[in-house]
Amino acid sequence: MEDQTKFKLQVKAIYRMLLGIFGIFAIAAFTILVLLSNPQLLVKSKPGVQALNEGYSSVPAEDDYDKIENGIHVRTGLVDAEGLMTVVNNCTNCHSAKLVTQNKMNEERWISTIRWMQETQNLWDLGPNEEIIVNYLVTNYPPTKKGRRENLKDIEWYTLN
Amino acid sequence: MKRRNFIKRTTLGSLSTLIGAEIVFADTMPKGYLPLAFQDPDPFKMFNKNKEMEVLNDKPWNIEAKAHLLDDKITPNSSMFIRNNGLIPEQIDANTWTLTIDGESVDTPKSYTLEELKTKFNQHTYQLTLECGGNGRSEFDPPAKGNQWTVGAVSCASWTGVRLRDILEDVGVNNDAVYIGYHAADVHLSRDPQKEPISRGAPMAKAMQDETLIAFQMNGKDIPLAHGYPLRLVAGGWPASVSGKWVNRISVRNIVHDGTKMTGTAYRVPCNPVAPGEKVKDEDMCIIESMPVKSLITYPRSGATIKEGKALDIRGHAWAGELEVSKMEYSIDFGASWNDCPIEKPYNRLAWQHFATKIDFPKKGYYEVWAKATDSRGISQPMLLPGWNPKGYLNNACHRIAIKVV
Repeated sequence: MEDQTKFKLQVKAIYRMLLGIFGIFAIAAFTILVLLSNPQLLVKSKPGVQALNEGYSSVPAEDDYDKIENGIHVRTGLVDAEGLMTVVNNCTNCHSAKLVTQNKMNEERWISTIRWMQETQNLWDLGPNEEIIVNYLVTNYPPTKKGRRENLKDIEWYTLN
Repeated sequence: MKRRNFIKRTTLGSLSTLIGAEIVFADTMPKGYLPLAFQDPDPFKMFNKNKEMEVLNDKPWNIEAKAHLLDDKITPNSSMFIRNNGLIPEQIDANTWTLTIDGESVDTPKSYTLEELKTKFNQHTYQLTLECGGNGRSEFDPPAKGNQWTVGAVSCASWTGVRLRDILEDVGVNNDAVYIGYHAADVHLSRDPQKEPISRGAPMAKAMQDETLIAFQMNGKDIPLAHGYPLRLVAGGWPASVSGKWVNRISVRNIVHDGTKMTGTAYRVPCNPVAPGEKVKDEDMCIIESMPVKSLITYPRSGATIKEGKALDIRGHAWAGELEVSKMEYSIDFGASWNDCPIEKPYNRLAWQHFATKIDFPKKGYYEVWAKATDSRGISQPMLLPGWNPKGYLNNACHRIAIKVV
């Protein structure tokens, strides 16, 4: 009889432990799912970036100043993607966004371009925004293979009499 | 408060928020006037450019032509590319403008007003080819950073001015002179007054050439603002960045000029050829001098469809930096066979040369007309991209237009 009580207690202990582990897993899984679907949460948790983002929100949102059309930020021509406003706010003060959109580079060369601007063009220290900016550039403006000569493209055909 | 006034005040109020400063005379501001900070600049109107020109960059302004816009023998302002490194000077008074000659190799610096330059020295007019060192950059693989010029960063206008040589002789230049470097009134993008957007130059031999001008006229009129009003150094055949705009000072240096965009990798190519994408140390980069041989088919515009049996007229220009173009050829079979094409002598040294011919196509189909110029030393344009270089300069691969015979 004593053995039976002891056994029951052991079973209950294991049951509680399993329940606990399952609970932890469930919470972890939920967190991962949320973060995957909205990675901004992670970024915003960094205090420095938070402060900067709050600063930017003071730009009046009236008149569709930051209107997005067909995936393009109309005012600058930049692709609407993660990090867009950080790029707009750090990279279009001195030069046009056109200097960004017409270039295609890998991570190393985008970073070296930033360094060149910091060394010679008075670009400020980008802090935690640098990673956001570089990720945006590499994702949306990567190099394309052109080979030694491309086909003629975008030919507008017309009749010549 | 009347409704209209209320709207006006609130609108101006929000404009002030946008500018981040109060509009002081908001009450007296003319009706319908939009503060300068908000004017959507129409570059075509502002610079009198053809609407078909391509704006690559609006801060700083970089605008290129298309091949068919360059059909004139003398490039009009409307088709002339703009390559700016900084901001266009805002307040220019030609009456008080001076050009100062100074530098290590000048004992006593000397300044001239525009009037003094025009009256003291003989005036000369030359047609001079100016091509951006980065013209054609967009084709390089791996891509090079910077404005992605295609074919239109070239022009040949008629420039009037005085010889730099005459001015330097008037000032007196010491024997140790190596290089001249220009300084100008344009403003750095960061608006840092300590920084020059660009300050390049040329060796004394180029500075002393007959055709190297301190120009005050383009195509018989004051130089347009975007192209250097009131004074521009013009050194044809070399990267157009040597031809400094809004010039107010020329330093005669006893070293190779070390101004902005003379050093590092700017306007330099590897001294020895490198593989595409290879890293090149700054000390292994050499300054670009004469531009390479090149040509452009300016008529017809690419994409012409013609009836079978009809001959096609083509024409265009060819140039070769310091040299002359001695031979012009075209191919309609992707370079398998070449046909001679008559080419005119240059109007003067460093002017581009004109070619024209008639082409018969053997049968229906898709064709490309390829143009190939050869310079007086026997060097031709390549069909593929020339040697890769980190900054994407000197792409003189043959120009191609598409033609369909139906």
